[in-house]
Amino acid sequence: MIEPYLQVRDLHVWFDLQGGRSLHAVQGIGFDLGAGERMGLIGESGCGKTTAILALMGLLPPSASVAGSIVLGGREILAGGEESMRQHRWRDVAMVFQGAMNAFNPVRRIVDQIVEPMELHEVAEGKAAERRARELLELVGIPAARARSYPHEFSGGMRQRAAIAMALACNPKVLLADEPTTALDVMIQAQVLELLVGLTAELDLSLLLVTHDLLIVAQVCERAAVMYAGTVAEAGAMETLFHDPRHPYTRMLFGAAPDLYGRGDVVSIPGTPPRLDREIVGCPFAPRCDSAFDPCRVVTPETLAVGPAHLARCHLNDPSVRSAS
Amino acid sequence: MSVRDALESGGRPADAGPAPLLEVEDLVVTYPIPRGIVGAARRAPRLMARAVDGVSFSLRAGEMVALVGESGCGKTTTAQAVMRLVEPDSGVIRFQGREVTGLRAADLRPLRRSMQLIYQDPYDSLDPRFRVLQTVEEPLLVHGLGSANERRLRVVEALERAGLAPADLFVDRFPHELSGGQRQRVAIAAALVLEPQLLVADEPVSMLDVSVRAEILGLLDGLRRTGGMGILMITHDLSTAAHFADRIAVMYLGRIVEEGPAQEVVRSPRHPYTRALLSVVPKRDPRDRSRPEILRGETPNAVRIPSGCRFHPRCPVAVERCPSIDPALHVPEGAAPGHEAACILV
Repeated sequence: MIEPYLQVRDLHVWFDLQGGRSLHAVQGIGFDLGAGERMGLIGESGCGKTTAILALMGLLPPSASVAGSIVLGGREILAGGEESMRQHRWRDVAMVFQGAMNAFNPVRRIVDQIVEPMELHEVAEGKAAERRARELLELVGIPAARARSYPHEFSGGMRQRAAIAMALACNPKVLLADEPTTALDVMIQAQVLELLVGLTAELDLSLLLVTHDLLIVAQVCERAAVMYAGTVAEAGAMETLFHDPRHPYTRMLFGAAPDLYGRGDVVSIPGTPPRLDREIVGCPFAPRCDSAFDPCRVVTPETLAVGPAHLARCHLNDPSVRSAS
Repeated sequence: MSVRDALESGGRPADAGPAPLLEVEDLVVTYPIPRGIVGAARRAPRLMARAVDGVSFSLRAGEMVALVGESGCGKTTTAQAVMRLVEPDSGVIRFQGREVTGLRAADLRPLRRSMQLIYQDPYDSLDPRFRVLQTVEEPLLVHGLGSANERRLRVVEALERAGLAPADLFVDRFPHELSGGQRQRVAIAAALVLEPQLLVADEPVSMLDVSVRAEILGLLDGLRRTGGMGILMITHDLSTAAHFADRIAVMYLGRIVEEGPAQEVVRSPRHPYTRALLSVVPKRDPRDRSRPEILRGETPNAVRIPSGCRFHPRCPVAVERCPSIDPALHVPEGAAPGHEAACILV
């Protein structure tokens, strides 16, 4: 088997809070992403998904501390700190930020804003950089003739395309997209998702799609990791996650999404996620889980392989815990 | 904006059963497009956008109707016109059989009690300095209803109907002490406290986490089933509409292009726009992945509405006649009763 291009192992992120306390936002997650592969990182607000990908970019604020391992193309990049992260940021791993379509400088032309990262990272400059920026715009479906437009002259969908072009400026191998379609209409969303899928095939780009919307992930990605309270609750093929979920959170999350054809009940998940500034005892999902039993409230579950390329972090899959209770 | 209302009311259609709670006939709402300082100096002609361009529908007590469409389709403007927050240019709105289009401000007051709006963003719509009690009591004070004791009783009842029980646990809290779902319940309680007959819910769950959306939708569903309230839901989410609404009206560029029983519209869509829209809705079961029929470009501007069928420039099946015939809603061949589409090809 070919080595996955990106390997994340036991990644932790803590944020310092006032009074010497800290918030454990990412609590030891791991996943692999192969070249040209599309994977989803699913979770509700506050589950740590955005923090995790900011850690991959090395863009966390100074109040954050990171531990674990990030291997990119066979090389460990986290251990070397900012010095080694910087060499890969934008050039190997790039990111489309949440709300990026609204983050363009309103008084600068689109093309100039795409040229900027290329010059900053010495990928191209001058005329060559501008030519590449126009090519990138064409690649994302914006006619090069509109390159000299200002952001306000673009619709929301076009600005999101331009934001993707900007992330691709330095020819990265991994694209991290944080809620790339959340503010868009369903038809424009379909256009942007089609574009992302096309880019992964055309550029052999790996895509990590970060979103709260698991139905979008189901449409675009082969695999996904479902995050809860800073951990990966379950990871596997999208079809497996829907048809054979091995963590109640995954099952309940699908159950909370209305079905277009009205099949099945739509049921909310009661309660709220736990606070991450306190130590969590037992399974973090236990208080909201419909299948929790005694050990769930006291013993932290291990991540177990429950099938081929299928991992879950739930006591229900552990015969030794089940029989002991 | 120039106000032109008070149109003669048309006859009510011969319909079985009681009069609908809400009837909207041929509603038109336009608004001027800002010309900008340069345009004004050049005395450029004032352009008008036809945000709502001939919309008709009705809603019965206990019924939930969803107006579905993309941004700019006119769904929110339609709701605002129903709430009399914007003045229609023409058309008729009847509430409980009574025409309300021409009513003056003073006559609108009792009406405003009977129709309540639930906003999209529970983080924005609650005053952060108000405790829950004050937020929910406010509408009663505005309408000068009840003594302090009576008001408190009504607040408690409204909170418990909105699922915040026991209410004593919540009355003294501030918005920041509540979860997103609880905030939206407070907003719903503030609407319920006036005992309205019609709720207009504008994207009531789009700001909430996926895991709590269902409980708010379930709450609204219960209110109309047990409380007999009519609910007009504005949403861009066809899955939500399909799951909770009785009827769906799909809007495109100021018009309803298809309308009918929710599952009929979703399972056998007739209008090419509805078909395309449904094909790109993310499905719950990954095996339901259908071939998406992605429309190119974006919805045109409501200032320059295409001739004939307004959808023809983007329509994948348009024929030669489409740019010249403005199609009316009609029951397509073989469609269930009450299922209508505005397309000459069906």
